[in-house]
Amino acid sequence: MEEELKYKLISDFKLLESSLNGEAKSPFHKIRQDAISVFEELGFPVKKLEEWKYTNLSNITKNRFRQFLIPEKINLTFEEVAGFIYPEFEGNIIVLINGHYSVKFSKIVTQKDGVFIGSFSEAREKHNDLIQNYFAKYADYYRNSLTALNTAFAIDGVFIHLEKNVTVDEPLLILNIADSREENLIAQPRNLFILEEGSSILMADDYYTIGDHPFFTNSVTEIILKQNASLEHYKIQNDGSNAYHIGTIQVEQERDSRFSNTTISWGGGLIRNNLNATLNGENSESHFFGLYLLKDKQFVDNHTLVDHAVPNCNSNELYKGLIDDKATGVFNGKIMVRKDAQKTNAYQSNKNILLSENAKINAKPQLEIFADDVKCSHGATSGQLDENSMFYLQSRGISKVEAKILLMNAFSSEVIDSVKIDSLRQHLHNLILKKLGK
Amino acid sequence: MSDQNQILEELTGSEYKYGFSTDFEEVRAPKGLNEDIVKFISAKKNEPEFMLEWRLKAYRHWLTMKEPNWQNVQYPPIDYNDLYYYAAPKNAKKLKSLDELDPQIKKTYDRLGIPLEEQLILAGVAVDAVIDSVSVVTTYKEKLAELGIIFCSISEAIQENPELVKKYLGSVVPITDNYFASLNSAVFSDGSFVYIPKGVRCPMELSTYFRINAENTGQFERTLIIAEEGSYVSYLEGCTAPMRDENQLHAAVVELIAHENAEIKYSTVQNWYPGDKDGKGGIYNFVTKRGICAGNNSKISWTQVETGSSITWKYPSVILKGDNSIGEFYSVAVTNNKQQADTGTKMYHIGKNTKSRIVSKGISAGESNNSYRGLVQVSKRAENARNFSQCDSLLMTDRCGAHTFPYFEIDNPSAIVEHEATTSKIGEDIMFYCQQRGISQEDAVALIVNGYAKEVLNQLPMEFAVEAQKLLAISLEGSVG
Repeated sequence: MEEELKYKLISDFKLLESSLNGEAKSPFHKIRQDAISVFEELGFPVKKLEEWKYTNLSNITKNRFRQFLIPEKINLTFEEVAGFIYPEFEGNIIVLINGHYSVKFSKIVTQKDGVFIGSFSEAREKHNDLIQNYFAKYADYYRNSLTALNTAFAIDGVFIHLEKNVTVDEPLLILNIADSREENLIAQPRNLFILEEGSSILMADDYYTIGDHPFFTNSVTEIILKQNASLEHYKIQNDGSNAYHIGTIQVEQERDSRFSNTTISWGGGLIRNNLNATLNGENSESHFFGLYLLKDKQFVDNHTLVDHAVPNCNSNELYKGLIDDKATGVFNGKIMVRKDAQKTNAYQSNKNILLSENAKINAKPQLEIFADDVKCSHGATSGQLDENSMFYLQSRGISKVEAKILLMNAFSSEVIDSVKIDSLRQHLHNLILKKLGK
Repeated sequence: MSDQNQILEELTGSEYKYGFSTDFEEVRAPKGLNEDIVKFISAKKNEPEFMLEWRLKAYRHWLTMKEPNWQNVQYPPIDYNDLYYYAAPKNAKKLKSLDELDPQIKKTYDRLGIPLEEQLILAGVAVDAVIDSVSVVTTYKEKLAELGIIFCSISEAIQENPELVKKYLGSVVPITDNYFASLNSAVFSDGSFVYIPKGVRCPMELSTYFRINAENTGQFERTLIIAEEGSYVSYLEGCTAPMRDENQLHAAVVELIAHENAEIKYSTVQNWYPGDKDGKGGIYNFVTKRGICAGNNSKISWTQVETGSSITWKYPSVILKGDNSIGEFYSVAVTNNKQQADTGTKMYHIGKNTKSRIVSKGISAGESNNSYRGLVQVSKRAENARNFSQCDSLLMTDRCGAHTFPYFEIDNPSAIVEHEATTSKIGEDIMFYCQQRGISQEDAVALIVNGYAKEVLNQLPMEFAVEAQKLLAISLEGSVG
């Protein structure tokens, strides 16, 4: 099965190559060729690999998929797209359909100089120097076959470049729409965000599916934060149960920079979020928050790595999960403190509540420390809703169902509160009550 | 900082206290490993047919296996055909009293600071002393025999209680379990056997001192402890080894079986030769230790203080099969210079209302690496399982490493599992406080480390706790970063 899909994708790559004309000789395409040969050699990751111990990709690889190459005609109306934009949102909107930037639906309102928010393919024409300097330099495609696969099919996605000291006041909403109404597809958006010295932006990455065919998203995002740059990044996964998502975010942080990510997963059949940050400049900080609300046969694996390469940096991780029905949650977090990274503060916490007989959690929080003057800790728990709290609420006349929702909402709020876009945070608070059955 | 480093260097440069080699004649099997060697060992030990079959099966399986490489320790490849698999002191015949003991061997013990007679009289400890694989003397045996307790070498048990050995050997760690367990099953030379009958509370701590003596002899100890319904036993294992430059492989297997309402407490103080300060020499300690709480309300408790060996690689585990059974793991692992340790535990919750507790304290100094690796698995039917794990690491220098790799696989919603881990160094404020009150830097470190490890040391039986505390102090003298 796996082999079949692998060779199908390799032949899709040849198809892409044949449509390139002169571009086939560019250095950019050279990287793609390198990447496809890495993918051909490594194949899809198997459970035997320690990093994929708890994630079984056979549900994905058993399907036949076609790589979505050219933005063909897509039957979407403005009304349909607007339905995915949460109420009261004001700001820039980028719509990616099957991994391709849609000029028709995207709307950039920021008019400042020094701001480029647009498509990856457009940036390859306008900012070729930046692409050459940064593309595929951070997300390691030599050792990760899925990153290699994405790199081989790097065609479109979102590209952001903020010049020195530019603050984008309007938040950015990236709508990732998977259209699987007609056939099984793979989308491989490739994003590159470069925030020069002192610049900052807030953004939300929202995922939706329309249609019931299996849909496989394999996305890679490279983020470069220069000195004192700041990025708030939220990822909200609302996909359908036949959607499979493997998302890799690789963040490179320079001195005094700040990165914060909140990942909320409540839709999708199989999700694997790889979130890696390298703290490569002193006094930089990284915050990861995660919330997964799982039901039916959902599977979510949050796989994080914070690499403290230099002294005096801070990192903090908080992942919380409510797991119901036959769903499975996985948390794999690694904190790496390199040899000279003294005065590091690194914290990690993973809390899970199992709500049903058949729910399952696998957790693997890891510390790898090579410096002595550090403060590092991690904690992981698994349990149920607190009986005493339930009793307390019920004794005050609150029904069992209400009490349960109240407690679950309180449990989740800690993560949602990390979102700094007011309208989005409010929207998430409302949405979670709905998800919890209110 | 540089001052402290200097002290560290001076002290950690101190020679291994227990390093010497005793000369006495021995019988060796030829170098290398093949079916003939396995047969040779079995024949030498006069084993019944079933044991030879068992060993050969293990050996044949071992041939099909690959050496694991996932561990967080590094060592040069081992040439398994360049080892002696059997060495026994010549004329090893059974002794009835200490007077019959070879004066050379006796001297070895005396230099190690284990005066047998003193232990006989003062401590009331029965010692099954093992020198290079063959049990030389067993004390207190008669007294234990009155209670029906069998405490002897495993070779003796194979001769005298073959039905027990046949029933339990390999029942917890099967011959196919892992690379080193299979190797051990094929060539194990000797070890201890303990059988506590129904309802008996073993009146004394049972203890075995292991010694590695002959050069180039891989040591393959095999220990089997069976506690019948309602019984209790506390078993101590401690070891020191002579100094030499060639690395020695030690692949022991320990199996514990606790039946209904039984309790087994297994304590280890491991102080084998760690190699010199450049990491040369030293023991490879690759051990498989596993216990099963087979009956309801049974309990198995592992306590270990690991200060020796150039590489320590072991995970004493408990299979919590019986309802309401309890598994415990208390560990202090100290690594210094270029030592490496990858140790931890596995707790398999299978029965209902099972509980486990893990307390692991790692201390890294010099350029050493210290890893905790542990698994807590709650299976689907393990209602109301409870686990608490705490894994702390203390770093002494800026050149050492501390790693934590806990795994949790929770398949039952009623389980409550908690894990905490911290990594830090000895606080400057605490050091300052101690020094300011006239406590020298070294004493302060010893004080703080002992306090840090107290939770584990408290679990050790008295005799061991004293030794362990000294050991910690010696291993870490001055190594504050």
